[in-house]
Amino acid sequence: MSMIVTRESERANLSCVGAPVVKRDAAALLSGKPVFTNDLAPADALIVKILHSPHAFARIRDIDTSRALKVPGVVAVYTYKDVPNKRFTLAGQSYPEASPYDRLILDQVVRYVGDEVAIVAAETEDAARSALKLIKVDYEVMEPVLDFTRAKGNPVVIHTEDNYHVNGAWINNDRARNVVASGLSAHGDLEAAFAECDIVVDETYHTLADNQGMMETFRSFAEIDAYGRITVTASTQVPFHVRRMVANALDIPQSRVRVVKPRIGGGFGAKQSGCNEIFCAFVTAKTGRPSKVVYTREETLASSNSRHEMQMHVRLGAKNDGTIVAIDLYTLSNQGAYGEHGPTTVGLSGHKSLPLYNHAKATRFAFDVVYTNTMPAGAYRGYGATQGLFAVESAVNELADRLGMDPCEIRFKNLVTPGERLAQYDDNELYSCNVSACLRRAMEMIGWDDKPLARDLGDRVRGLGVALSMQGSAIAKIDIGSVDLRLEETGFYTLSVGATDMGTGSDTILAQFAAEALRCDTDRIVVHGVDTDVSPFDTGSYASASTYLTGMATIKASERLIAELRQRAAGFMGVDADDVLFDGERLLAFAPGTLAEGGADIPEFSGIYDDVEAIARSYRLAERAPEAEPVAEMTLAELANRLVAGGDGDCLTAHAAASSPTSPPPFMSGIAEVDVDKATGKVTVVDYVSVVDCGTVVNENLARVQAEGGIAQGIGMALTEDVQYSGRGRMRTRSLMTYKMPTRLDVPDIRVEFAPSYEPTGPFGAKSIGEVVINTPSPAIASAVAHATGHYVRTLPITPEKALFGE
Amino acid sequence: MSGKTMDISINLNGKRVAASVSPDLSLLAFVRAQGCKSVKCACETTNCGLCTVWLDGQAVLSCAVPMARANGHAVMTLEGLQAESADFARCMAEEGAEQCGFCSPGLIMNVLSMEREIRERAAAAGEEPQMPSDEEMDSYLAGNLCRCTGYTSQRRAIRRYMASRFAACAQAVVAGQEE
Amino acid sequence: MLRFRKGAQILGGGMWMRLSDRTIPCVIDLSDCGLDKIEETEDEYRIGAYVTLRDLECAGVLNDACDGVLAAAVRDIVGVQFRRSATVGGSVFGRFGFSDVICALLALDTEVELVEAGRVPLATFIDMPYELDVLTHIIVKKHDYQASYQCLRKAATDFATVNACAARWDGAWHLAVGARPAKARLLSGAEAGVVSAEPSCDELAHAIEAVRGLTYSSNLWGSERYRRHLAGVLAARALVEAARYTSPEGLEAARAACAREEAIR
Repeated sequence: MSMIVTRESERANLSCVGAPVVKRDAAALLSGKPVFTNDLAPADALIVKILHSPHAFARIRDIDTSRALKVPGVVAVYTYKDVPNKRFTLAGQSYPEASPYDRLILDQVVRYVGDEVAIVAAETEDAARSALKLIKVDYEVMEPVLDFTRAKGNPVVIHTEDNYHVNGAWINNDRARNVVASGLSAHGDLEAAFAECDIVVDETYHTLADNQGMMETFRSFAEIDAYGRITVTASTQVPFHVRRMVANALDIPQSRVRVVKPRIGGGFGAKQSGCNEIFCAFVTAKTGRPSKVVYTREETLASSNSRHEMQMHVRLGAKNDGTIVAIDLYTLSNQGAYGEHGPTTVGLSGHKSLPLYNHAKATRFAFDVVYTNTMPAGAYRGYGATQGLFAVESAVNELADRLGMDPCEIRFKNLVTPGERLAQYDDNELYSCNVSACLRRAMEMIGWDDKPLARDLGDRVRGLGVALSMQGSAIAKIDIGSVDLRLEETGFYTLSVGATDMGTGSDTILAQFAAEALRCDTDRIVVHGVDTDVSPFDTGSYASASTYLTGMATIKASERLIAELRQRAAGFMGVDADDVLFDGERLLAFAPGTLAEGGADIPEFSGIYDDVEAIARSYRLAERAPEAEPVAEMTLAELANRLVAGGDGDCLTAHAAASSPTSPPPFMSGIAEVDVDKATGKVTVVDYVSVVDCGTVVNENLARVQAEGGIAQGIGMALTEDVQYSGRGRMRTRSLMTYKMPTRLDVPDIRVEFAPSYEPTGPFGAKSIGEVVINTPSPAIASAVAHATGHYVRTLPITPEKALFGE
Repeated sequence: MSGKTMDISINLNGKRVAASVSPDLSLLAFVRAQGCKSVKCACETTNCGLCTVWLDGQAVLSCAVPMARANGHAVMTLEGLQAESADFARCMAEEGAEQCGFCSPGLIMNVLSMEREIRERAAAAGEEPQMPSDEEMDSYLAGNLCRCTGYTSQRRAIRRYMASRFAACAQAVVAGQEE
Repeated sequence: MLRFRKGAQILGGGMWMRLSDRTIPCVIDLSDCGLDKIEETEDEYRIGAYVTLRDLECAGVLNDACDGVLAAAVRDIVGVQFRRSATVGGSVFGRFGFSDVICALLALDTEVELVEAGRVPLATFIDMPYELDVLTHIIVKKHDYQASYQCLRKAATDFATVNACAARWDGAWHLAVGARPAKARLLSGAEAGVVSAEPSCDELAHAIEAVRGLTYSSNLWGSERYRRHLAGVLAARALVEAARYTSPEGLEAARAACAREEAIR
């Protein structure tokens, strides 16, 4: 009876992990309790509003705030003259960030329509709005770079400031040519491999700068605490990184800043970048008064961050029998005006798409990330993999169509299998992978074998399309998750986490891990939200990290706490700790020699990692023979109460951190069935099935909703979310009237199943699920539409017009 | 903003609230200022449904109701429907369908409004109220956006709730789901 | 008051009042003037300006009389909460090009009643300048309507890319096309080349051609080229659905005429 099971064979015996546990915050959320940022802001907070640039590229010659300052109730108006001249990045990444330091709180040069020009702080919303209209700015308007395919080497250079800073040479920054980053990773002899091919698909695919579209727009408030420090409460995925951003932006030590994260109304990566936290922090630092800033939907759409628009050129070479021999991918990524997440996002377009076809003899992945005078891109669920998979999976579908092969068949012929070294994935070994099973089951669910790829239904054609997806689980060797676990009086536990639940339910997932490890009901675990002053450090919830990484930390901490429990109970009972067993409720002492060390299998790992030990540990815990009788016992409650009673007491705390040398990919299949109206081109998704391999499913409800939600976002990306700019660089889709995210009438009942593999490096075999789920709809729907219409739409979204006329 | 104020009085969640406000102040801003924080603003353009409240028992978008129009009427927010919403809230929680929960109050207000409207129409026609079809539910709730769930889990919760409310038709629905 | 107070505005549903940054110095709310009812007289339906789109959608008798086109036209407008505040008067007075309500009403025998200008046919009203007059009623005259409303929305509840309504009354066809994206246009049966109660293949082809002869332009919701194509398709579909062909052969032929418009084969 080992207490913490890390073996696949024992997965069926888990009680908390796998259960559809109701989210810990469900009752508060569903009764409308004031738990979000703007619900908690002090009533007397100054209202902060931002004046945004109407020009795509301009230098401020003069800015006159005198009339604005005369508006009754206006407390301050700040311009670039008032802010520290020290550059930073808003990218929520571990230090040293991969993103260039190319921002100021306010800059004399504005680089996109929507860029910040001035900050107004006023007693009321009305006063702040009135003041915005009275700020007089004299702009020297410059010629912008709006077309990202012409940005590289353009005579117009977007970042010429002298205090621009790059943390790492590896990103190959060349800002004089508008290049944020570039790179190349090649494997095999590409030209020789292409020479072997009977057929080459050579196409270019284009995805737009979709908006993450979380329902809660960006918002934050700042106040000064009893110690004179700035406390920022923010709707963010990265509280610890925001602490650094605020400190950098204000040029004050990080010790002067505290960041608190309440409930979050969705993030999807948008809140992995800082946004308006720096503005309220600045206002509060200057005025000494609490202040808050709540972005409108328009600001959230047009003045924050989005997915990276990418243009991807794929050359896919194969034999006539469908064997994929060579893949050449070039990605051009549109960074927009500032460099957040540029060097890293683009990498996933190749590294999370090419490994699916790892058997190819040669692959090459090259990329450029370029500045333009459009809204900065940042992180959005999928983080480049979504874009890359649209290109690569579409190319594979086109290959199948040109060869007259079944698109599923061609995948079975080429798919990666467990145990392989992934050439385009840092040569990582793939321990767990059920992608073939995912595809096979999805085919059964939709009835693939009984349906043609296109069927005439009179005025409509019904088409079928398929795609596969992979992602990672945390950033290998960089992300850190850590937890503090404490035994409290009466025997409940407090789990302090730095991972940021943004509505996904990660707090609940982590409680399930702890409860499983500690052999108790989930209700006995109290999870504490994030406050950088008291929470253990966590890089944050992004890169599909929380379940996998912070989950591992939770298990390690549980193990340590159990060791402590046994030690202390042994002391109270006067026995040796090695003879004490913890069964969740009681600590049982046995005669010496009764207990044996549990023999969990040590999973086999390849020797390529430096710290295999960190992940290869199996949990060896005490076991006893079934007939053995304890010689003494005490309940957990008794122990807990004695520990807080003074004397020998010591409230027990265990801390653990986890990071991983690898980032095990979850996999997923998606099959779309669409109707295309023959005369209008209108595409309707009539069925969508998907099977996910996220390793062990920790909470079936929450995992399913992740999948359903990601697929719906993917459907929006595929069909209706059509970011458009005017000729002068003003975003035209700046409200929910024009930026159309799917309503419930646009999404069918999405059917999701799981085909869990077992990830030996993950907590109870779990991998991630948060991002992999958004990647299949675009390529699957594009292929279904192609089957229905006879032509491929390679630039998203697939509007009725494009479906009807081709491009 | 006209700069002038008018004296208004509304019945908010059963209590009379009087104030002097700008006539074009939105009902959304007003009820939040009154502490009804369940009412959220997420779009400013009448597209998201998060600010749904009941005006004289009917679900409306509070962002588009100026206080001049709300004056003298009865307004209900989720704060005033805690008991009435508990069953549906449970259905949502059991499906994990609240996710971030930011859009949940607006959805709940509209789901309860749908239920109420079905009853009222049936009563007016002298008929038994009928469980709404999937299409009717989607159509009625189309103005409630959600970015987390993809709506599928919400549909499960709403179906289950409606089936429990319109028991006569519940069996047919359950049978339908099992097919 | 409307005349004497510069910039004063009548409040309709007030749905988009806050969309512009403009300051409205004076708002006149007539919602308590009893204009929120649909009244039936011997030969017409009088729809008060403050009747909401939701009321219009759920008005059983009126919709039965109009072959359901009013309900069909408003059903997908944003959401039920929106339609419960948005008014018919606001929709019609605004004379927005994308208006689903105007498109449907235009194909029917509809007049508007204004305080100053009196009763004016809707087709005339939509081209009148935005004068300071108060719209009190929309009047739909009783006929034995056969009608169908068709539109295409890129996403559900979005504005229509094109909308079209065909109605047959008084022995003649009336064809309205809106969201061009300019204001809706009305073609008489004679103008559209459709005379028969059950339009033939040739008549439908004429109607498609006539509809495509209107002006179209491009915006976020569609290109000029696509709109021109789409208008023909939707107009033909509306005619075919409204006609209720009595013979399977006639219907088959009509469908074939529509199928000629299919760009996807």
